[in-house]
Amino acid sequence: MNNQIVVIKNLKREFRMGAETVRALNDVSFVINAGEFVTIMGSSGSGKTTMLNILGCLDRPSSGEYILDGVQVSKLSKSELAVLRNNKIGFVFQSYNLLPRTSAIENVELPMLYNKKYSAKERREKALTALAAVKLSQRVNHLPNQMSGGQQQRVAIARALVNDPVMILADEATGNLDTRTSYEIMMLMQELNTDHGKTIVFVTHEPDIALFSKRTITLKDGKLLKDEINNHVQSARKMLESLPALDESLNVKS
Amino acid sequence: MTLTNLLRIAWRAINRNRMRTLLTMLGIIIGVAAVIAMTAIGEGSKQSIQTQIAGMGSNMIVIRPSSNVTAGARLDNSTVQSLTEQDVIALQKEAQFLNGVSGSVSARGQAINGANNWTTSMQGVSPVYMQIRGWPLTDGNVFTDQDMALANKVCLIGQTVLKNLFPNADYAIGKTIRFKNIPFRIIGVLSAKGENTFGQDQDDVILAPETTVMKRISPTTYYQTIFASAVDENSTDKAANEIENIMRDSHKLKKGTDDDFTVRTQAELINSLSSTSQILTILLTVIAGISLLVGGIGIMNIMYVSVTERTKEIGLRMSIGARGIDILLQFLIESVLISITGGIIGVLLGLIATQLVTYFIHWPTLVTHFSVVVSFLVCFITGVFFGYYPALKASRLDPIEALHYE
Repeated sequence: MNNQIVVIKNLKREFRMGAETVRALNDVSFVINAGEFVTIMGSSGSGKTTMLNILGCLDRPSSGEYILDGVQVSKLSKSELAVLRNNKIGFVFQSYNLLPRTSAIENVELPMLYNKKYSAKERREKALTALAAVKLSQRVNHLPNQMSGGQQQRVAIARALVNDPVMILADEATGNLDTRTSYEIMMLMQELNTDHGKTIVFVTHEPDIALFSKRTITLKDGKLLKDEINNHVQSARKMLESLPALDESLNVKS
Repeated sequence: MTLTNLLRIAWRAINRNRMRTLLTMLGIIIGVAAVIAMTAIGEGSKQSIQTQIAGMGSNMIVIRPSSNVTAGARLDNSTVQSLTEQDVIALQKEAQFLNGVSGSVSARGQAINGANNWTTSMQGVSPVYMQIRGWPLTDGNVFTDQDMALANKVCLIGQTVLKNLFPNADYAIGKTIRFKNIPFRIIGVLSAKGENTFGQDQDDVILAPETTVMKRISPTTYYQTIFASAVDENSTDKAANEIENIMRDSHKLKKGTDDDFTVRTQAELINSLSSTSQILTILLTVIAGISLLVGGIGIMNIMYVSVTERTKEIGLRMSIGARGIDILLQFLIESVLISITGGIIGVLLGLIATQLVTYFIHWPTLVTHFSVVVSFLVCFITGVFFGYYPALKASRLDPIEALHYE
């Protein structure tokens, strides 16, 4: 596997709004290596959503280079982008985006339905493994509306893991969750990063989240403001344990 | 994306909205059931007309004299005397596609049995006439070739004649009746044939050997009609052609002159009568087709709703790797699945409705394979046609916008 997962060089993205041209991203460059846990920070209007869309191969840069795991993304067609997303990226969204009235395992199997190389049996096996990785083996056949927000988000993380992507891209993944559940999700993310070696890019506007990642990239007005290594990574597990004890019945088995 | 996966996805989507899907299908179901039932009723009535005509004598061909021009003047058909025994012999000898030829003369007169009398017509024919007309006896025997040769005074009587001359339902065989004051011995009774398509009572007749009629009742050497039957239904046209050639030869007609006879097959009669029910079938099919169209529009409507409602789902699918074509196929297969399932239920319902019509109203019905196949095909096309635009709309969504659609 290529050690450099993401290479961004002089990246620009402009939008035309009538006569005006809005520069959402202006000359941004950085590299993300395999095994990193990066937070991309920025207030609204900083260009972080545009960055997320480009990193996620949902959008293409106006100019500059984006190389994802050795693939030049800028030159690909829409269909090729879709295949690339399927093979290399696992998305986790703020609002989970699970299919309603569809069981957890079917939701997790979804990305593999768009990949011919998996048989029905392999799909099921991989989905079960992914659900076990997010500690939801007991909830395989539950429907989204039978699960809590944290559980739903963990199903979404399992869905992001199942295709063995080179990068997990999280968009405000804790935005809809309370503090305790947020810590649980971050704990899971940290485990995936340290124990399973997953490369994680976490886009957020919450400064707290950056405490848990190894590196923080801050955007402002479409430009790279800061790119710093976090030498004091907080353990989400410890944070969780430091919270006042909760009623046993509400405690998540983990 | 394999077809099984697409089918699985479409099936899950349909299953999530069972009630709505069923209501959408209803348009197609009613449309298809209407097509099946309507065409079955139309075809059934056509078929029953055809069997009625076939009942007049299967594969029958009728030859009549026709006006020809004599010194510039066209003579009336009935006065033309052109059909002779020679024609019948020629046809019997030479024709390949005929299995029976009989001349026919008829005379009207009064038939008397004791105190009962009845005015009817006597038709002189040869024994093969009963075969040509497909007309069995209920009692007795058909006269023989010997009766023909000797011009014996024997006869077969129709049911109407039997009723009027023997009102007390006596045994008629062997009795003697008088027709135009000439005694005839009854040797057979014809089965009831009912009215023909023109409302004539076919049972109001006495059949006798043609020689008897031509010599003893109304002396003539000309036939009024020649009846023939083709070997089978498919060769009636060939047989008609053959008859024309043989007759022209026999009448020594030069090339370029008109025929002095006409040849009519049952096919012509069948065609002209079934064209009425044909129009009926077309009308019913058009109505049914319109209801299918309405059903299709229902599908299109619900597919548009479905695409809008599932914009976020489409965005998610795209973000995890669905290409435009995958989304297009997903929605297309969904609409085809709805229309085909509706089609299957519709066909079953149509078959049941057809059975009920036959059972309760006793209308003749006939379900053709054609109507079933066409219904399915139309359903498939409806699904593709009306599902295509909503599916195209879905496949062209921008994943970023779709993901953030509320």
